[in-house]
Amino acid sequence: MKIFWTLLRRELGTFFLSLTGYVIIAAVTLIVGSTFVMLIHNMGTKPFAMPVTQLFFNSFMFWLLVILVAPAITMRLFALEKASGTFETLMTTSVGDLQVVAAKFTAAVFFYMVTWLPTLVGLAIIQCFTNQPKLDPGVVGGMYLGIFLSGCLFLAIGCLASALTKSQMVAAMLSLAVGVILFILAYMAQVLPDAAESATGALYYFNLFKHMEDFTRGVVDTRTVIFYATAAFLFLFLTLRVVESRRWK
Amino acid sequence: MFYVGIVKVFIRRWRNYSARMALSITVRNVMIEVSNLTKRYAGRTAVDDISFTVARGEIVGLLGPNGAGKSTTMRVLSGFMPATSGTVRVGGFDIFHDSDETRRRIGYMPENNPLHPEMRVREYLKFRARLKGFGWKKSRERVTTVIEQCGLAEVDRRIIGQLSKGYKQRVGLADALVHEPELIILDEPTIGLDPQQIRSVRSLIKNLAGNHTVLISTHILPEVEMMCGRVLIMLGGRVLASDTPENLQRRMAGGSQVIAEIAASPSALRTACENLSQVACIEMAVVEGEFSRCVLTPRDGQDLRPLIFKLAQVNGWTLRELTRSRHSLEDIYMQVTRPRTEDVE
Repeated sequence: MKIFWTLLRRELGTFFLSLTGYVIIAAVTLIVGSTFVMLIHNMGTKPFAMPVTQLFFNSFMFWLLVILVAPAITMRLFALEKASGTFETLMTTSVGDLQVVAAKFTAAVFFYMVTWLPTLVGLAIIQCFTNQPKLDPGVVGGMYLGIFLSGCLFLAIGCLASALTKSQMVAAMLSLAVGVILFILAYMAQVLPDAAESATGALYYFNLFKHMEDFTRGVVDTRTVIFYATAAFLFLFLTLRVVESRRWK
Repeated sequence: MFYVGIVKVFIRRWRNYSARMALSITVRNVMIEVSNLTKRYAGRTAVDDISFTVARGEIVGLLGPNGAGKSTTMRVLSGFMPATSGTVRVGGFDIFHDSDETRRRIGYMPENNPLHPEMRVREYLKFRARLKGFGWKKSRERVTTVIEQCGLAEVDRRIIGQLSKGYKQRVGLADALVHEPELIILDEPTIGLDPQQIRSVRSLIKNLAGNHTVLISTHILPEVEMMCGRVLIMLGGRVLASDTPENLQRRMAGGSQVIAEIAASPSALRTACENLSQVACIEMAVVEGEFSRCVLTPRDGQDLRPLIFKLAQVNGWTLRELTRSRHSLEDIYMQVTRPRTEDVE
């Protein structure tokens, strides 16, 4: 555990001490901010029928951000260490493979959540300066839970991609490709009437838009939570196996 | 089936344990024991069935051209990758099965000395000490010690990426030393340094002798001659020779040539030398004035110097130089590695 905290501290350190970290935060803030501005502009003074959070997170903008930001955060994790050789010095100390994967993933998730913090300002502005109904804490909580869970899935994919290669570019491309595939699946689930109607259809579980819509209304569906949790675990498990694979004969 | 499994596990544990006990009793002085180590990458054998042992406190140089399998051997020894077959024991522990125990005992500096360039020296070393299982207090103590030991005191707050290569190398060394390992494995520790830096890194390594066992890989020969008590020459994944630098030289000394500079008429000198039955081959050249330089090769490994001296004395010639050329490690290295290199070509 001691080693896990040391690793986590160092991983967070690289996020917050490097320029890339702040570039990512700035980019996310820019896109989120401009979306909010547009929302506020279109809102006028009339109260909306649905919470503002739902308006924003149902836009494609949100998913575009997730798909782009997750690879940007995770591509460095293993690939850079492998390329520079520090992976070798790391793995010949007393660290366990699980500790390494867990620390890197936790740091990525933490950083990812930090990049979404500026949205709180947006919410505060809407709360204080518009005539929209008061935001329900459940809605806000659901929204961040949704960001967290979908983030976990995409970051876990990114971890796996990064563990598979020495090149950060390849890692980013791989996780981007998988992210886009997930996005297309979600889109299909959304537009194909059959899948949307029958809750049993496998595609239903991939309807990321629907999941997010629920979260932003403050509805936490256990099926959705379990979908994200298990999918993230699957990719993390695969990452662990890849890290271990160097010890296979 | 279940019981058979349990019994098998039990037997294996017992064998492991008894082997370890036997080993610790009989060869307590052995630090590294490599037996029949083979490492194959996809379709290529990097290390081919090598065996050697290194005693506690020894400084051993692993010498060989690029691609001889030095780095692969070291990577396996450090526990980073498993061997395809064969076993490696460090301090009596199997490198694969008791990975944690062995990792605690090994300080490893890989090729090219990878560091985190964005960290500060002290911060980095502290981080490494923590990863190697030390607590806050202990790691602070150890870091202070190694910073002094490696002469890093004046740069301990600098960012690693901005240090000179010599300092970076010392940071790598300090990292390898920070957890007080019994065995230190250094893969080409002086590569890319200027002569001054090489000298300081070398003296650092030399100071480690006694307290630590050191395994160094290099392809710089004088380095081995200066630092190492024993040399392993590797080529094509095999160990071709293993001895002290002096012994290797002695082994080669049999054919060592004698150089003499004598003032005499070349023809008289040549006939006189050719009449000596002990001389197998003679090369002559006029150097300056009446002096001629002869390079004499002995027939049966005999030392020709007394004979030449007598020859000059008897004929009344002036003798101004008489030396026996000792084979340098370089000759030995070339001789050991040449035939196979040509095979490959």
